[in-house]
Amino acid sequence: MTDLLTVAGLETQFRTREGLVHAVNGVSFNLKEGETLGIVGESGCGKSVTVMSMLRLIPSPPGKVVAGQAIYQGKDLLKMSDEEIRHIRGAQISMVFQDPMTSFNPVLTIGRQLAEPLEIHNGLSLQQAYDRAVQMLEMVGIPRAKERLNDYPHQFSGGMRQRVMIAMALICSPQILIADEPTTALDVTIQAQIVELVKRLRDELGMAIIWITHDLGIIAGLADRVSVMYGGYIIEEALVKELYANPTHPYTLGLLNSLPRMDETDHRRLYSIDGLPPVLLEKPNYCPFAPRCAYAVEHCWHENPSLIPVGPGHTVACWVDPATGRER
Amino acid sequence: MGRYIARRLIYLFVVLFVVSVITFGLMHAVPGGPFDREKKLPKEIMENLNKRYHLDEPLVMQYGRYMYDVMIPHFSIKAPTSSLLDDHLFNVKVGPIWIKWMNFGPSYSSRSRTVNDIFRDQLPISMQLGLMALFVALVIGLPLGILAALKQNTIFDYLGMSVAIFGVSVPVIVLGPILIYIFGVSLKLLPPTGWGAKPPYVLGFLPAKLDWNFWKYAIMPPIALGLGSSAIIARLTRASLLQVIREDYIRTARAKGLQERLVITRHALKNSLIPVVTILGPMFAALVTGTFVTELTFGIPGMGKYFVTSITNRDYPVIMGTILLYVVFLVIANLVVDILYAYLDPRIRYD
Repeated sequence: MTDLLTVAGLETQFRTREGLVHAVNGVSFNLKEGETLGIVGESGCGKSVTVMSMLRLIPSPPGKVVAGQAIYQGKDLLKMSDEEIRHIRGAQISMVFQDPMTSFNPVLTIGRQLAEPLEIHNGLSLQQAYDRAVQMLEMVGIPRAKERLNDYPHQFSGGMRQRVMIAMALICSPQILIADEPTTALDVTIQAQIVELVKRLRDELGMAIIWITHDLGIIAGLADRVSVMYGGYIIEEALVKELYANPTHPYTLGLLNSLPRMDETDHRRLYSIDGLPPVLLEKPNYCPFAPRCAYAVEHCWHENPSLIPVGPGHTVACWVDPATGRER
Repeated sequence: MGRYIARRLIYLFVVLFVVSVITFGLMHAVPGGPFDREKKLPKEIMENLNKRYHLDEPLVMQYGRYMYDVMIPHFSIKAPTSSLLDDHLFNVKVGPIWIKWMNFGPSYSSRSRTVNDIFRDQLPISMQLGLMALFVALVIGLPLGILAALKQNTIFDYLGMSVAIFGVSVPVIVLGPILIYIFGVSLKLLPPTGWGAKPPYVLGFLPAKLDWNFWKYAIMPPIALGLGSSAIIARLTRASLLQVIREDYIRTARAKGLQERLVITRHALKNSLIPVVTILGPMFAALVTGTFVTELTFGIPGMGKYFVTSITNRDYPVIMGTILLYVVFLVIANLVVDILYAYLDPRIRYD
């Protein structure tokens, strides 16, 4: 399979009152056709900023993509003109956002908002676009789709709205769907429904997916490959089975240990990683996880590790091998 | 919606009742009366005047009499006369019977006029001025606010907001004479004072002929009066639009590949107008019922001066009339604003 999207050395900063925030520090990854890539990490680790930077949706000022490239179909998304990237947004790369309550315009009907990408990118008339919108709504499982076109977002429940959001993202048959924590704001039962829906749509439509989440449980059943982010860096990347079977970075280990397990028999306290997420006001010259890391050695405080291969398709940014506790 | 409007109109009468009681009480509580002069009138004359206008009766009687004259329709076979004590705002003839309604009473200080005369002659002029000022305020304020928000922290923003700050800080009493001096006295392009419209008016307040004879008087005053309001609208529009373009759904619109122009016109503007519409209600009521300083500066025979002089003169019927008129305008303007909300935001429904 060929690479659909290649991101290299992406760096994004925000100018704030407190100083320059280094939100994303040289992130590189690639996405193959039809593949599902999971990006995992805690709040503020830079996962959303990474994908928003790619589509140039970072509010600027204060945000700025200062380095890197994102090659899609031989062209750099970060260097193309505003008009060029506009034709890619929503048509070839589209996004589903976290909060379905606030991500729809409250004063426009669902039909109007669904039809917009088709009008802009495919030159369809409003009527043609409405017909296609009905098909999409039926596809994502909205009952009485035709009547509901004239409803406003507040007349839908949260789960239904996220379905409509997915329909809207897929209405132009994009090659890449970026889902930015699409299930975080939903009930657990609805979360499962949305994940199932996306899986089904992926099998039917064959688009590649970048799924951002902090929920390792969702990723396990959905992604082909996972990138774990911490403090604006990707610190581990592996095929999904490899990552769960053989987590190597102490942070990934910590995350997996923090999951409550159904088959737990001894009633111990749920594990949590000590300390707080890093303040990103400076680019550290040490490992950003070192202050919270149980395995940290002297070396970790002097040099920030870069990704090194530890297995087939498995890379990790750590000086220490947690299996032995010794420096690599 | 119909039921909602009906309910609000009933509520208008409740407000009118409460305001009338408070106003009536307050104006009688203030020392002095309408016929007090520096040199006292002879006792007999005072007594006769008080008797004629029923000022010698207990306050409750006076209030009841006033409300009876204003609220209760009178039926009579006599045609309306020009009598000062029997001048009704609405006169309808049904068969041989005249139905007369709303007698607001005579003015105590302008001896030959009734409050209804003021409503008929002065109010239309104030409404013409006020509506044009509101138009000026919107035409200047909205684009200025939108431009400032879209070009935030650029020269356009600073320039626009400077104009806005100039607008709020320079009162009509300064701006008016400057305009008069430049365009009226130096350049002699426009008459410095006066007003061009004369009765009869279309629909009770619109001038019958919109020719140069009307417009030459109607350029400077609406600008002088509207500029302050335009500044308020500009700042409000800017703040509101700045907030809206940070909303998630604006990001969604951009992520869909919409042109920036469409993002603003289709997704941001309608949402950002709600605070602006909110302020239009009270602004409308304040502008159309007369503006004392503007009308005085430009020599416009509007309602404005009656708001002020009626109180210093203890001209009880004029005080009551002008205040109640203001209440009617305010409540109806706010009702229109609430109906506009429902149009702007489908989440707001009144059934």
